[in-house]
Amino acid sequence: MSTEFDVVVIGAGPGGYVAAIRASQLGLKTAIIERENLGGVCLNWGCIPTKALLKSGEIFEQLSHLGGYGLAVEKASFDFAKIIDRSRGVAKTMSNGIAFLMKKHKIEVVEGEARLEKGTPSPKVVVALKAGGSRTIQAGSVILASGARARDIPAIGAVSDGDKIWTYRDALAPKAMPKSLVVIGSGAIGIEFASFYRALGAEVTVVEAVDRIMPVEDAEVSKAAQKAFEKRGITFRIGAKVTKVEKTATGVSVAIEAGGKAEVLTAAVCIVAVGIAPNTEGLESVGLTLDRGHVVTGKHGETNVPGLYAIGDAAGPPWLAHKASHEGIHAAEHIAGYKTPAVHSPIPGCTYANPQVASVGLTEAAAKAAGIEVKAGRFPFKVNGKAVAAGETEGFVKTIFDGKTGALIGAHMIGHEVTEMIQGFVTAITLEATEEDLHGIVYAHPTMSEAMHEAALDAYGRVLHI
Amino acid sequence: MSIDILMPALSPTMEEGTLAKWHVKVGDTVKAGDVIAEIETDKATMEVEAVDEGVIEAILVEAGTENVKVNAQIAKLTGEGESPAPPPAAAAPVAEAPKAAPTPAAPVQAAGETAAPAKAAPAVAPTGDRVFASPLARRLASAAGLDLKAITGSGPHGRVVKADVEAAGKGGATAAAAPKAAAAASAPTAAAEPRKVLSLEQMGIPAGSYDLIPLDGMRKTIARRLTDSFRDVPHFPLVIDLEIDALLAARAKINRLLEGQGVKVSVNDIVIKACAVALKRVPEANASYTPEGIAMHKHADIAVAVAIDGGLITPIVRAAETKGLAQISAEVKDLAARAKSKKLKPEEFQGGTFSVSNLGMFGIKQFASIINEPQGAIMSVGAGEQRPVVKNGELAVATVMTITLTCDHRVVDGAIGARFLAAFKPLIEEPLTLLV
Repeated sequence: MSTEFDVVVIGAGPGGYVAAIRASQLGLKTAIIERENLGGVCLNWGCIPTKALLKSGEIFEQLSHLGGYGLAVEKASFDFAKIIDRSRGVAKTMSNGIAFLMKKHKIEVVEGEARLEKGTPSPKVVVALKAGGSRTIQAGSVILASGARARDIPAIGAVSDGDKIWTYRDALAPKAMPKSLVVIGSGAIGIEFASFYRALGAEVTVVEAVDRIMPVEDAEVSKAAQKAFEKRGITFRIGAKVTKVEKTATGVSVAIEAGGKAEVLTAAVCIVAVGIAPNTEGLESVGLTLDRGHVVTGKHGETNVPGLYAIGDAAGPPWLAHKASHEGIHAAEHIAGYKTPAVHSPIPGCTYANPQVASVGLTEAAAKAAGIEVKAGRFPFKVNGKAVAAGETEGFVKTIFDGKTGALIGAHMIGHEVTEMIQGFVTAITLEATEEDLHGIVYAHPTMSEAMHEAALDAYGRVLHI
Repeated sequence: MSIDILMPALSPTMEEGTLAKWHVKVGDTVKAGDVIAEIETDKATMEVEAVDEGVIEAILVEAGTENVKVNAQIAKLTGEGESPAPPPAAAAPVAEAPKAAPTPAAPVQAAGETAAPAKAAPAVAPTGDRVFASPLARRLASAAGLDLKAITGSGPHGRVVKADVEAAGKGGATAAAAPKAAAAASAPTAAAEPRKVLSLEQMGIPAGSYDLIPLDGMRKTIARRLTDSFRDVPHFPLVIDLEIDALLAARAKINRLLEGQGVKVSVNDIVIKACAVALKRVPEANASYTPEGIAMHKHADIAVAVAIDGGLITPIVRAAETKGLAQISAEVKDLAARAKSKKLKPEEFQGGTFSVSNLGMFGIKQFASIINEPQGAIMSVGAGEQRPVVKNGELAVATVMTITLTCDHRVVDGAIGARFLAAFKPLIEEPLTLLV
């Protein structure tokens, strides 16, 4: 049967809109469906607006250290509403940018909520239009990029009410600055909000179920991060299980249990940051195979339903924008019959708290568990010239090598702007660099990146500046 | 001022060659036009002449070096009237990748600076093409004793990556690796798995029990081209018998009548002529398959297989349909003689739209040649011999020759091949019709 579009993409987040652009670049007639804002959670309620908030927080925190630089300000203060406004403005700017990109690439944007019905050669997409009415689209292929939302835990009362119990979404645009917070979950989202609100002076307690914060990171980084955040006044409850979240007259109470001891934490608000739930409801009706809510996909994002692809958060962890974009490009290329070059890139992870945390590849523990003979190297920023000059000496770089082959297999960093440095190691691992390459590469001086060189040298007992 | 002598390109497609022999040594004085070296490409040996006058200052590539890249510096010449500079300190074969855009040399004092090419001479790579491989892949291959060149890279631009080396280490497409191989095969442009070559020792032939003759350029080319063709071209044979008594009689008559003019036409010459005429009548058989489309050749350029020392070569009778038997005969004789002394020019054996291979003189009754890419078909001519035939229900004796047409099925289907042979057969059996 004839089809209106070659590709229709459901969801205009960083996975969907990038997939649409790539499809259009490859000459496919493409439409994209979005029920809310172009750019999805990432641009509107995630990656981008949080970075705006964190920058405000970082600058404000710096004001209290100005004396060390020979500077002074009188009566440092902030306007919370303006901080939030700036963040919303940044989100709006970026979202408008996506509208421009869709237009530039001749991608038809359909505003509304999509559902799938059986069809050939791919499922029919039925859109309940924002403007009213509905539209049925039959395309050659469908890319499901419906994303995810915050997970709540009704059994313990950890369900957002938008007032005192927040998700990331509420935390991004509250009416007023909360005096105190309990953050449940110490992943990237929880830690970033803890860092932001603490920088503005809120009392912040982070509760983590595992016995260390930021559990996906290398244990040494977790330890250093906890120390750095505690220095800034954040308190932690690790190995703590939340048993009940309740609203009270003045705020919330969060009952926890740690090491057999029960405790009740009280605060003005509570942020629930315990992971995400994929937006995949109702997809079984077209026979789609799901695994714990996530769509089961093949190498190119293809699903068990002919003509249907799934990418990004809907298709499973890690729930990261860059992973979604990568999968989106791959799916679009597969649909177009374009052979994606076989580049095997590890997926880096970044947390934009102060200090920042960035990592790629295996942690030391994971490498050892995989039976790899590990050579690890470390280098602290406190002896790096640029870091000392900038007064940003917190943190370190850690490298993990496979001792047998010399391949770099992991890198972990904590410190100022390390999220901008990790890419060097992502490139190195992707291109299958060995210690010889990393030792031989020239690093500009003075840069904090020199610590990357030193950490690679240290793994082989060749560190220069310690 | 010294002048660089560079490896010449003997044909537009030549990328590398063997520096077979030097005719000069360091200190010899040469003038323009003097033969200074011999270069062997895959199929021909060519002489290199000096372009400038001067004294050979240094020979940078030794005689017998294989795979010398075109434009690589092979010797230095000191301009006339100058004393040779002290030998350059080890000629510094800096491992420098050939630059895409050569940095122009700083404008030196123009006087005396005659033919010094402003190009940075690419370093001589004595071991052939650069292999693109990740650092880790190189290290793993070296540790496992695997030759990177023998491994097909799956990375961008065919880069050999860790996974390729690991797969090669496991024996490539063995049963254990089958799921992986199947996945690779599903990729639209997945290259064929490289064939794993075992050493003779691994196959039970002890070292020392044989003499090893190094592969020369021609042998490598034969091995590569025919392996590629036999593996990649879907080929099939069509066989017919031809009665050639009339042809033999006509040939004897022609040769007797034209003996005074030095004409001596062979059966093969007539076969060439008949092929050319038949190809013009069935042009679909005079065609090449290309990914862009079927190339319908305008002339019948007939390549004739000639056995020579160390291999074979296929010089070409161009536009054979326009030539008379005497001319074809003379050309084939000349081409064959020069082929045997390896004096053919590349353009004399490259190209061709159809091939004829004849083993009749060796008593071979019937054989099927391998397609000579990109040609659509090749004819294999067997020996003419007296055989019993049935004529009008009676047993009779005729001189019969079996010919086999190997067709590239991508372009010459069975019916096309059959039509070609139907056009060819009467031209041979009734050679008078060749005149029409």
